[in-house]
Amino acid sequence: MGILNRITGQASKSDVNTTAAPLINVSRRGFLQGSGGLAIGICFGPVACTSEKAAVSAADIAPFVPNAFLRIGADNSVTVIAKFLEMGQGTFTGLATLAAEELDADWAQVSVEAAPADASKYANAMLGGQGTGGSTAMADAHVQMRMAGASARAMLVSAAAEQWKVPAAEITVSKGTIRHAASRKEASFGQFAESAAKQTVPTAESIKLKDPKDFTLIGSTQTPRKDSAGKTDGTAMFTQDVKLPGMLVAVLAHSPKFGGAIKTVDDTAARAVAGVIDVVRVDAVPGVTRAAVAVLAKNTWVAKQGRDALVIEWDDSAAFAKSSVDIAKEFKALAAKPGPVAGTRGDAAAALKKPAKKIEAVYEFPYLAHAAMEPLNCVVDLKADRCEIWNGEQFTTADQASAAAVLGFKPEQVTIKQLYAGGSFGRRASSKSDFIVEATALAKAARAKGVEAPIKMIWTREDDMRGGYYRAGFVHAIKAGLDGDGNIAGWQSRLVGQSIAKGSPMEPFMIHNGIDHSSVEGTSDTRYDIANLQVELHTVEYPLPVLWWRSVGHTHTAYAMETMIDELAHAAAKDPIEFRKTLLAKQPRHLGVLALAAEKSGWGKPLAEVAGKKRGRGIAVHESFNTFVAEVAEVSIDEEGLLTVDRVVCAVDCGLAINPDVIKAQMEGGIGFGLTAILKSEISFDKGAVVQGNFGDYPMLRINEMPKIEVYIVPSAEKPTGVGEPGTPPIGPAVANAVFAAVGKRIRKLPFGDQLSA
Amino acid sequence: MTELSINGVKKTHDGDPAMPLLWFIRDEVGLTGTKFGCGVAQCGACTVHLDGNPIRSCVTPVAAAAGKNITTIEAAVGDKVGAAVQASWRKLDVVQCGYCQSGQMMSAVALLAKNKAPTDEDIDAAMSGNVCRCATYVRIRAAIHDASKALA
Repeated sequence: MGILNRITGQASKSDVNTTAAPLINVSRRGFLQGSGGLAIGICFGPVACTSEKAAVSAADIAPFVPNAFLRIGADNSVTVIAKFLEMGQGTFTGLATLAAEELDADWAQVSVEAAPADASKYANAMLGGQGTGGSTAMADAHVQMRMAGASARAMLVSAAAEQWKVPAAEITVSKGTIRHAASRKEASFGQFAESAAKQTVPTAESIKLKDPKDFTLIGSTQTPRKDSAGKTDGTAMFTQDVKLPGMLVAVLAHSPKFGGAIKTVDDTAARAVAGVIDVVRVDAVPGVTRAAVAVLAKNTWVAKQGRDALVIEWDDSAAFAKSSVDIAKEFKALAAKPGPVAGTRGDAAAALKKPAKKIEAVYEFPYLAHAAMEPLNCVVDLKADRCEIWNGEQFTTADQASAAAVLGFKPEQVTIKQLYAGGSFGRRASSKSDFIVEATALAKAARAKGVEAPIKMIWTREDDMRGGYYRAGFVHAIKAGLDGDGNIAGWQSRLVGQSIAKGSPMEPFMIHNGIDHSSVEGTSDTRYDIANLQVELHTVEYPLPVLWWRSVGHTHTAYAMETMIDELAHAAAKDPIEFRKTLLAKQPRHLGVLALAAEKSGWGKPLAEVAGKKRGRGIAVHESFNTFVAEVAEVSIDEEGLLTVDRVVCAVDCGLAINPDVIKAQMEGGIGFGLTAILKSEISFDKGAVVQGNFGDYPMLRINEMPKIEVYIVPSAEKPTGVGEPGTPPIGPAVANAVFAAVGKRIRKLPFGDQLSA
Repeated sequence: MTELSINGVKKTHDGDPAMPLLWFIRDEVGLTGTKFGCGVAQCGACTVHLDGNPIRSCVTPVAAAAGKNITTIEAAVGDKVGAAVQASWRKLDVVQCGYCQSGQMMSAVALLAKNKAPTDEDIDAAMSGNVCRCATYVRIRAAIHDASKALA
């Protein structure tokens, strides 16, 4: 399977969850060297020890490393090695749950550590390289992590059988304790760490995974997040928190326009700021990074003061110079013309010639910034022949290769220390490794000037918001018709927007016959049984950097599809849920979440009246990343047009629910994230310069605006699929449909802003 | 030379007195639980207590904190209210990316220290200066109510 084919949807729907997950075994022999010669009888852990030599500490014994994903210490610790970035989505907890389930570990003894960059051990089979994205982690790793746990368990049992001289089949393991009931022997994992390492690694074929009815951790709510403690006492380590000996901080002045170049730099005033060490010019990598000038200083504040004191004249002759009004005009003009076909069924043109009823609508979606709470940053410690990067990033081995290319190194000369990311939502999955390339190029330029200190590159909030790699703006023009019975006769969607893949290393994998599937996913492959459907795509080539943004194409396609379906249901005088059910008759998982959301929301029952407010309820259902979500929103709108989203009921089917509470949290968060976007967010351009810079003009949803949310999980034995993204797409259309139910107004231009008070 | 008390420990700053307290705490003292999010007091990730009151350290000059008691997340979880907030945050698994949570907890501790039984409206008023991009707001609200019960 090719890189990112899951994100792009190029994999067929039936094979995405059947990826073979071989159990990877690292060489177990190397670490055993030097650990021999210890006296028999030494024991560790909770069981009383009688050996006189027990003073040897657990730390002196090499840990048991059964495979690339587990390390069991003589101190009875179980460390899960996570190949995915923890950016809030709960992947560390999920991976630990899977391994600990088959290992029969005690949840309390398990901790999680980020894996180094090494695609030979830690590749994501659904993406191609070592990477996190496309809500693939649980789908990719659920068998692999369970196998890792089961293999380690078998080796511990084998070691116990050998020492206790009992049949392995008579040994049980539960909550971190190995037992032989008949001989009343028991031991901790730690006690057998050393001898387990000497056992033969079982073959994958010999391992039998648990029957789901025997699960104790998978599906349990007794597996609290593994990153909760460090994130509630200030000790969790983000890139922003790295401080290496002698480290300098760099703050940069970037070209305010994409494609701008440096004409002149006067750094006299910057160098005069006390504490500024040097000023370094960082040339643009065309199509990847912007031209920049970096100020290096002993701390962040000084570096920023220095940066602000730079006097730079920019050469904008080749820069992007359009404004948002021009962009909208161009997109809408294109949407009026036929374009390359992204998907077709039947004959939409013929069906739309004389339908009984016809609805035409144009939807406008703005560019969006990810605006994670931790602005982009990267720490680089560059030496003559090696480079160490400290960062939280989604595309580990691609970033390693990009950094190596900047430096003229081989990838193995670049090591990456993976840290927590303070949010990402796709931004730290840079298709061109832009901020890693910039930090590495900066370190290289600084080193060429004699600066050998490690450098922490920090983007301010404004740098982050104006630095691009946005969710691409889109226009959808839809024509849809109903026949005399109120069934959909034909549907034509024409989409206009930039391609994420175009010009990136992903292009050969993501663009087929001129179509970037991530631009149209969720519409050209809609599960609605529409006999005559045509989806066309105009791909606009602007030099604005665009990227996946929590749920990628579904961010706009779900909105256009689900609000238009609602319009058609009303035009056909049918209940919006019944209308959908007919169109989804062959889609049991869609039907399942629709029914659950309808039941739990009280669909069909009148909403409680609130004086001075009009109230409405709306639904949307959408599949993304093989997860199915239906959301019902309840809204109130006062006489001045002020909208409140009061309650959201969410039903999700993500297959086997590994961590139900994490799934709930991701639905809650995905809903809040989507609400910010549809109600408030827009990145706009003024002659090429990004207008918004901080949370004042790119506002976020606040606690007082967060609805009550109820999440219901469809019980399922299907293979697990992701939950980081799929909660986001349905909320926009659910709210828009509720607004229509309340006040009869269709909102087709995002964000909502003040359109309801107009 | 500015003298400060951070988590009960005396510190001196001999650089620019206009430097925001945030950067003194993070870069000079090395307490990195307090976060940089916006630099303009719009997100609350940098919230610390100045004599018990929540302030945005990214816009508070070091000079303005001279002679006052500064408390950061590292010490705030040590007292009764702070420990209750931390316990509720963990019990309800509030965090996602976690970057804003020090600031959220500092605002919550300041609220509960003054108001032992906050209503939803009180929570909105005290917490709406703190942005959570992961939108963990449902659980932040629940955790404040939970801590309030534990403290009653």
